[in-house]
Amino acid sequence: MSATTAMEVNVEARRILAVSISKLYASRTQRGGLRLHRSLLLSLVMRSARDIYHSSRESEGPSGAQPATEEPMDTSSNPGEQTRLSEPQQEPQPALNSAEMAPEEPDNTEDCCDGEITEDKENLSPTRQSRKRRGKASAAPDFLPSKRARLEPGEERYAAPLGSCRVGAGESLTTLSLNRVIPAF
Amino acid sequence: MKCFSRYLPYLFRPPSTILSSTCHTEADIISTVEFNSSGELLATGDKGGRVVVFQREQESKSQPQRRGEYNVYSTFQSHEPEFDYLKSLEIEEKINKIKWLPQQNAAYFLLSTNDKTVKLWKISERDKRPEGYNLKDEDGRIRDPSTITSLRVPVLQPMDLMVEATARRVFSNAHTYHINSISVNSDLQTFISTDDLRVNLWNLEITDRSFNIVDIKPANMEELTEVITSAEFHPQQCHTFAYSSSKGSIRLCDMRQAALCDKHCKYFEEPEDPSTRSFFSEIISSISDVKFSHNGRYLMTRDYLTVKVWDLQMENKPLETYQVHDYLRGKLCSLYENDCIFDKFECVWNGSDSVIMTGSYNNFFRMFDRNTKRDVTLEASRENSKPRAILKPRKVCVGGKRRKDEISVDSLDFSKKILHTTWHPHENIIAVAATNNLYIFQDKVN
Repeated sequence: MSATTAMEVNVEARRILAVSISKLYASRTQRGGLRLHRSLLLSLVMRSARDIYHSSRESEGPSGAQPATEEPMDTSSNPGEQTRLSEPQQEPQPALNSAEMAPEEPDNTEDCCDGEITEDKENLSPTRQSRKRRGKASAAPDFLPSKRARLEPGEERYAAPLGSCRVGAGESLTTLSLNRVIPAF
Repeated sequence: MKCFSRYLPYLFRPPSTILSSTCHTEADIISTVEFNSSGELLATGDKGGRVVVFQREQESKSQPQRRGEYNVYSTFQSHEPEFDYLKSLEIEEKINKIKWLPQQNAAYFLLSTNDKTVKLWKISERDKRPEGYNLKDEDGRIRDPSTITSLRVPVLQPMDLMVEATARRVFSNAHTYHINSISVNSDLQTFISTDDLRVNLWNLEITDRSFNIVDIKPANMEELTEVITSAEFHPQQCHTFAYSSSKGSIRLCDMRQAALCDKHCKYFEEPEDPSTRSFFSEIISSISDVKFSHNGRYLMTRDYLTVKVWDLQMENKPLETYQVHDYLRGKLCSLYENDCIFDKFECVWNGSDSVIMTGSYNNFFRMFDRNTKRDVTLEASRENSKPRAILKPRKVCVGGKRRKDEISVDSLDFSKKILHTTWHPHENIIAVAATNNLYIFQDKVN
């Protein structure tokens, strides 16, 4: 796959992810409650988009791992990220990133969605820079398990193998199980 | 194509609709249509929870041209919006499905369901009333006993026909998820109601208990990969039913095997064509409707782009596949964005199982003749529906030069979709629901 095609697929996958997330979010407020079938289909599309995104990223090669189009993140580089590794969810998050869950969301404990896959509301807008640095105090409440793997010192998020841990800011399409989209009825 | 080459259109609207065709309340959107087993009655359900029943006019020698017209027979509010306080969820009153029971006496019975509750309605006529009571007068006021000097026997006097609908049974609290279908058994004693993960078996007489016969809920909901989209009893075998899944498969189950029919006895699935794989492959393979043929030998399924006919004896691939609107295959992304890709189209057999019909967009609906392999696209629209007019076949232009009468894919109106259709059990009369309008077409009578 050529770099441009991979890029196009990349962009397409991300766009579909963004659309899916907004649909998922909208479906929470619709009359009649969350529809299981619809949520399942949305999660399948998101997973396809995620897989294609990952495979197109890999085919781009490591040099292309930092797309300049990644917005709103400007030039956050890996070393800069590493200082924040121990803190959950502090990276700037374009709309796509809302695939990552936001355990600090107050509606986590609702029966639907567990807040798992639902977007980080404060960071829905792709243009908004997250200036918020969430300290440990505002991190996930104790009763919820930590969703982020603690990385060993020196371990780089980008190099993290797929599916094992939360990938870094650039790789915002999380490997977190998209099954969590399905509301826990 | 004689059976559907010429149609006389009738235009019906639910009687409570006041608004013009270009604007209507959401409550008026028709959500289901169903002929009864004789074809004499046609029921529609709408998003507002109402059921409207039409009855066919009897043949009359004095007015032969009015033969076969359907007029409103009864209207009633079947379901009301409810609130689940435990989950803080509203329960929509929209009627998802109506199924008639075969007629066994003078009254008519139908089952109607919303997302959570199934109700059995009795529709009966009253054309006589008793008059001449002793203890009360004609207005119903109690008479002073001291004024009564003689006794009389009340007699039944004719009155204007009144059609009453009464809820005879309410089958509730059996579904955690949203009910998508109901089906009456050929034994006429039981029926099934189906939600995303479970199928429940009810006895029509017993409302406080149902048996769960299929349960595909995984122990861990995170492992959920498919849901049930529709289920139906076999038309003759009272122990057999089929259910379709969001993964494009159909399972046939025999209730004699075990109390819980999680093990299917037949499994129908066509392997996916890897060349057509896309982001949306799973969505478009999800089956939105499953229908047994009248003769019980075939199954028909509808997914987003095709209708398939399966032979019950052949599980590995369908007998026939019909493309409903393949020109949409290249537009799946936009259809995903505008939510149309989630539309659930129904499909229907004609009485002799020789023709199948399903809806599409732009108020188009398609018919496929299984014998001649010919198909036609027709449109349910006010402009094309003068009484006695003949429906003209429509064509979608898929690229290149567009002919005069053709419509291009980009001009299709995706807000005008025909999801619900039904075919008279014996004759060539079809009812097609286009948003809030009901169209009834019939073959020209010679």
